[in-house]
Amino acid sequence: MIEVNEKIAIEHGLKGDEYKKICNLLKRTPNITELGVFSAMWNEHCSYKSSRKHLKKLHTRGDQVIQGPGENAGVVDIEDDDAIVFKIESHNHPSFIEPYQGAATGVGGIMRDVFTMGARPIANLNSIHFGSPDHEKTRNLLRGVVKGIGGYGNCIGVPTIAGQTCFDESYNGNILVNAMTLGLVNKNKIFYSKAAGINKPVIYVGSKTGRDGIHGASMASAIFDDKIEEKKPTVQVGDPFTEKLLLEACLELMAGKSIISIQDMGAAGLTSSSIEMASKGDLGIEIDLTKVPCREENMSPYEIMLSESQERMLIVLEEGKENEAKKIFDKWNLDFAVIGKTTNSKNIELFFKNEKVAEIPIDFLAENAPMYDRKWIKAKLPKENNFSKEQFKSLKLGDCLKKILIDPNIADKEWIWNQYDHTVMGDTIQKPGGNAGVVRVHGTNKAVAASVDSSATYCHAHPLTGGKQVVCESWRNMISVGAKPIAITNCLNFGNPEKEKNMGEFVECVEGIAEASKYLNYPVVSGNVSFYNETKDKGIKPTPSIGGIGLLSNYKKMMTMKLKNEGNYLLVIGKTEGHLDQSVFARNILSELKGPPPEINLFNEKQNGMSILNLRNKNLIETCHDVSLGGILTAISKMSIKSGKGIKLFPLNGLVNKFEYFFGEDQGRYIIEVKPENLENVENMLKTDSIHFDKLGLVQGNKITLENDLKLSIDDIKEGYKNWLKEYMVN
Amino acid sequence: MKSSVIIFPGSNCDRDMDVALKKFGFDNQMVWHDDSKIPKSDLIVLPGGFSYGDYLRCGSIAGKSRIIKSVIDFANSGGLVLGICNGFQILTETGLLPGILQQNKYLNFICKNVFVKIKNKENKYFKKIEKEVLKLHIAHNEGNYFCSNDELKSIEDNDQIAVTYCDHEGNDDEKNNPNGALKNIAGIFNKDKNILGMMPHPERMIDPFLSGEDGSIFFENLIESL
Repeated sequence: MIEVNEKIAIEHGLKGDEYKKICNLLKRTPNITELGVFSAMWNEHCSYKSSRKHLKKLHTRGDQVIQGPGENAGVVDIEDDDAIVFKIESHNHPSFIEPYQGAATGVGGIMRDVFTMGARPIANLNSIHFGSPDHEKTRNLLRGVVKGIGGYGNCIGVPTIAGQTCFDESYNGNILVNAMTLGLVNKNKIFYSKAAGINKPVIYVGSKTGRDGIHGASMASAIFDDKIEEKKPTVQVGDPFTEKLLLEACLELMAGKSIISIQDMGAAGLTSSSIEMASKGDLGIEIDLTKVPCREENMSPYEIMLSESQERMLIVLEEGKENEAKKIFDKWNLDFAVIGKTTNSKNIELFFKNEKVAEIPIDFLAENAPMYDRKWIKAKLPKENNFSKEQFKSLKLGDCLKKILIDPNIADKEWIWNQYDHTVMGDTIQKPGGNAGVVRVHGTNKAVAASVDSSATYCHAHPLTGGKQVVCESWRNMISVGAKPIAITNCLNFGNPEKEKNMGEFVECVEGIAEASKYLNYPVVSGNVSFYNETKDKGIKPTPSIGGIGLLSNYKKMMTMKLKNEGNYLLVIGKTEGHLDQSVFARNILSELKGPPPEINLFNEKQNGMSILNLRNKNLIETCHDVSLGGILTAISKMSIKSGKGIKLFPLNGLVNKFEYFFGEDQGRYIIEVKPENLENVENMLKTDSIHFDKLGLVQGNKITLENDLKLSIDDIKEGYKNWLKEYMVN
Repeated sequence: MKSSVIIFPGSNCDRDMDVALKKFGFDNQMVWHDDSKIPKSDLIVLPGGFSYGDYLRCGSIAGKSRIIKSVIDFANSGGLVLGICNGFQILTETGLLPGILQQNKYLNFICKNVFVKIKNKENKYFKKIEKEVLKLHIAHNEGNYFCSNDELKSIEDNDQIAVTYCDHEGNDDEKNNPNGALKNIAGIFNKDKNILGMMPHPERMIDPFLSGEDGSIFFENLIESL
């Protein structure tokens, strides 16, 4: 037996004073198994010790919320007896070390979080961030991550309906892989992780336990150095086939009434799942580790408790239901073992070969976990740039547009989503590549929209504004497909919280998210935090990813961004001031990286969005697309490319210069397409609601034109936009 | 008309197929892989998915499963057997259809709409379909059809090519080959034309709100010609 001391504790990722606290709580030195359990529960990933204080600020309530943060996933009401279970989670550290397995198990993990609650997964999404396209690792990491996401999701048979891919050099040493799943459940048949009752059998089901992923959660709570290759064994290996069986077996068992509580074994495996169930039920738990099905021989209690082998679940059953449950798992060829029971001791007690190998009060691990009020600094709003006329003089609209359309962050991502099965289950009515993915609620007239968004550039320039902006962007994506925004899940990817600047970015992004989601009644119902995205002192830009969902009561009212008919009008909803700072145009064309991000006006945001839904319900608009990166001209180019229809832009008559007007990234804006016969009606309604709008142009021909300033055929802009990523991946 | 869809562990298009068959009037039932008997059926469907995980060659374990003997007997007695995607792979593994399905030429999973040209209408699967070209959907990693020269000659001599990948006008040349399949083959029959294996998924194209509706044409014809 290894003798435990402070040095060993530090090797487990604990701080010196945290180790002292453990000894004080136990009033003795922990043994190695106990130390392992503490280190797994007290690391950043599981304990949220740096973030807990600030996460409380998030807006998490609303009439639509059935379950907010704190469970395996959030649950929201979507009318009738239906509810959506959803969550986003990071798998950043493992994906950088081993992109295929890292990404695959990220997808597997989030799907388990959802079906643990009794929901059948109906859609997957992802947000992935890579380093600069020029960086030597980017291409292989991208290829591996995409293959991993597809390899897992495709096999399970859940469609991947939307996503987001970004490139920025701040991710050179730390890529981000955030996976999101939506599941459908009857709202009277939701399963929770809270155990109840004493002497109830604790059941282990799924794959066998191996030595993979030991200390995965601790690895995800540390920064990277030169030796990351040595961390490969901490990455888990995915088996989507077993997960598919586990999914079907669990749902079959859940159709009955034998489950008291259920929890998947995710980060920190058996340790965190057993402790969370007991902790929530205010109970104790006793586990005989000899009974845990193991894949490898001679596994020690320490290894069994810390393994992060995938595709495993822990269930507390009603007494006497063991045989009924076992039959189901036998049918699906999955391991099933009664490994322990609930107790009234309020301790976790572990036995191995008839010996007690650990005993720790559950409170010490959960409630007494460290919580830090880390120091942070408030970011200043950067000064605005004063672009001179000279800077625009030699520029041509068409050249700028073509350059922007092949910007890696704008260019088409079809190469990626063609590798994801996005049509299985037969209900995908809006595929990837639009404003949001949309799936029907099987067998009903309803549909659910979902998207994932992040805006690291804005968050980096000013975290508070950036935090608000991401929520608004997500909201707009829901509106753009005609869905009523319901709720969000957030994946908070940041650098090292022990650095005041990084911690400040986190705090202010959270505050921004909280403010916007409260104002828009778009609450946060689930999420996770990923800190320490840092390599050799270089951290990532602050990157909160927001996964949003919305509801269409009638899926036939869904909108796309595909232009419909020649002669229809295009309107810009929302005011264009021409904000170029932090825009793609500023970076890419003017090489200007400084300045504040565009301002967020939550009042306008809400008004504009609600007006659009109102117009759609009255069948007055045909098409909708929100204006985001690259501004108006980029937005309408994508609409043209999608539909093969041209646009004749009307001459500008404002004070804003044409570059600012067409490439500015002011917020709260949408492009809508209106039939000529509805135009007057639409204008009147917008005026009544005091919504600012500009008449932008007409759907016409097969070119985008603006007087003498612009004349580009769709084929001309399409080629670069469609081919950039494909060509990048081949070369 | 009665149909049966076989569920293997890892099948994931079984429900979609069930929905489609019922929509077009089949009285469909689901059959578990570990059963040995198939209820009386006019059509047996092997659905898409990753049977037994497909960690070995795709379809190879399903090709040796308990239920498969009944499928083979049914097929050999002239019964209609349709294999879609993984179902096609399973049919080649059982030897009911010639050839094999290799990994796609560019080594990536492909999920997209494709056009296929109907090469033979002298059979129940395509008999009354007026169109020459259908818009269907593929989603696979191993759809690259291959067989020996002798097998190909025999397939061609017996008019066993069912559908080939093409463009919207029916040009089934190399340019319109998504996965490297020999002769753009997307689906083939056995000699008697009662067994059809194809990579495209008609069950995903049965509603104007989905990727398209040409799948409906396929099922409408199928129930009519039975």
